[in-house]
Amino acid sequence: MTEFAGSQYVIEIIYLIASALFILSLKWMSSPASARHGILAGEIGMVLAIGGTLLRHGLIDYKWIIIALVLGAGIGIPLGMVQMTAVPQRTALSHAFGALCVTLVGTAEFYLRSPNVPKFMMSVLSMEVILGGLTFTGSLMAAGKLQEILPQRPITYRGQNFVNLLLFLIALGSAVYLVLHPEAKIFFPIIVGVSLIFGVLLVIPIGGADMPTVISLLNSYAGLSAAAMGFVLDSKLLIIAGALDGSSGLILSIIMSKAMNRSFTNVLFGAFGQVQVSAAAGQEAKPVRSATPEEAAAILSAANKVVIVPGYGMAVAQAQHKVRELYDILTKKGVEVRFAIHPVAGRMPGHMNVLLAEADIPYDRLIEMDEINGDFPQTDVALIIGANDVTNPAARTDQSSPIFGMPILDVDKAHTVMVIKRSMNPGFAGIDNPLYYLDNTLMLFGDAKQFVGGIVRELGGGH
Amino acid sequence: MSSNLIDALYVFMLAAFIGFEVIRHVSPLLHTPLMSLTNALDAIAVVGAIVLVGEKKSTFATVLGVIAIVAATSNVVGGFIITDRMLRMFKTSRPTNK
Repeated sequence: MTEFAGSQYVIEIIYLIASALFILSLKWMSSPASARHGILAGEIGMVLAIGGTLLRHGLIDYKWIIIALVLGAGIGIPLGMVQMTAVPQRTALSHAFGALCVTLVGTAEFYLRSPNVPKFMMSVLSMEVILGGLTFTGSLMAAGKLQEILPQRPITYRGQNFVNLLLFLIALGSAVYLVLHPEAKIFFPIIVGVSLIFGVLLVIPIGGADMPTVISLLNSYAGLSAAAMGFVLDSKLLIIAGALDGSSGLILSIIMSKAMNRSFTNVLFGAFGQVQVSAAAGQEAKPVRSATPEEAAAILSAANKVVIVPGYGMAVAQAQHKVRELYDILTKKGVEVRFAIHPVAGRMPGHMNVLLAEADIPYDRLIEMDEINGDFPQTDVALIIGANDVTNPAARTDQSSPIFGMPILDVDKAHTVMVIKRSMNPGFAGIDNPLYYLDNTLMLFGDAKQFVGGIVRELGGGH
Repeated sequence: MSSNLIDALYVFMLAAFIGFEVIRHVSPLLHTPLMSLTNALDAIAVVGAIVLVGEKKSTFATVLGVIAIVAATSNVVGGFIITDRMLRMFKTSRPTNK
């Protein structure tokens, strides 16, 4: 017995060290300079924790553990090697996998322990599978939308919120009943099934522009379900890791919804997208000024200060490498080029930063919204590549606009605004952008990659 | 049992506060790698699945456990690889002391 207890202590100490390494790992993410140490700390912590677990007494069969670990690693390697443009859907998919793991373990634990499940245990177990189940299917839906296997437009129907609320109450009600009557096993598969359906229905009405918030929220749920699993298994390591992930997701969701001036409930139940279609239809007559790559190149090379505003359109067109060429050639000509990053540009938090870093643009040139907004009046050219709503001045002035109150990049204050855009069709959210009709705005119609390539050729580079 | 539970709640509360404080200071530049890193760390749930499979209490539990290990391990491996790849890309224009 004493020998058992001894090794049990060793394992607990290993878990303690792993927990500390996890916290350090996140702490080191505070700056790009130390972030790579953070990964190392996380990796060591993970290896220690898994190694320590394999030492546990009571494990009698290693064959399937090894097979599963190898298989998981085999799936993980290609998932780690995806293109940078596919990072949002990969992230959603990994939330789904994490939640799948938690849900399956929770289900197995229920059937092993049932019917002798204490009330508190049953409550956290229910929470684990409800959060896990809805995160699993919800994240799969999000990944499908981001990969464009599923339609990106919000899918809505009458009474949608009522149906969702009803399902949630069924899951919750079943959980409460099961806590009070743990012998009523039949309610467990109902909880799991309803949570899985709820996850699907929760994400289908959400449009692409709201994905940063939704991915962050799903991240938070995945963390909380893992923490609940920690309560079930009485594992402090899991509680800590789950709490860290849960609070990380929550902070990101708060930042994202603030950047859109919307509440969680509004993102989840508001279903953007079909708003204002009629309003957008009435204004085809307004004149816009457009320009060719030659004219755009001439204006850019005469400028002193240029701010480039990237958006999801840059990611779709894979234009980041051409943008780098433009950055290089303008910098060589002595033009000061910076990038203005809106928190919700793209499809996940920090999406634009990663794409621009991939194209070798130094990160000290990537400036956050609050920091750069004051500089637009002194900026000669604001070049917008594939961004729309985050530059819409209606958010400042037009109370009837659905995005009124959303913090935006004040590009309209620059001396000249150039917008690379495929056509005058309103963007994803279907909201008209008055920026395009301003006197100091030039529309550059075309594919982002080709158009930027054209400007680079005119400036005498890009070969 | 109940003192364990209270301990666990304290741990959760403290970890959540530490998480808030630490992550508030993460630069928005790194929000994407932050998410992939927390994802990899969160896959520590694999520990629970390993115990489930190793204890071999029922075939049902073993099957679910094996799938759970595969899912979580792919997150661990994939999450660390992609976070590392992303962080490698972040370079500054100022000379670094390499």
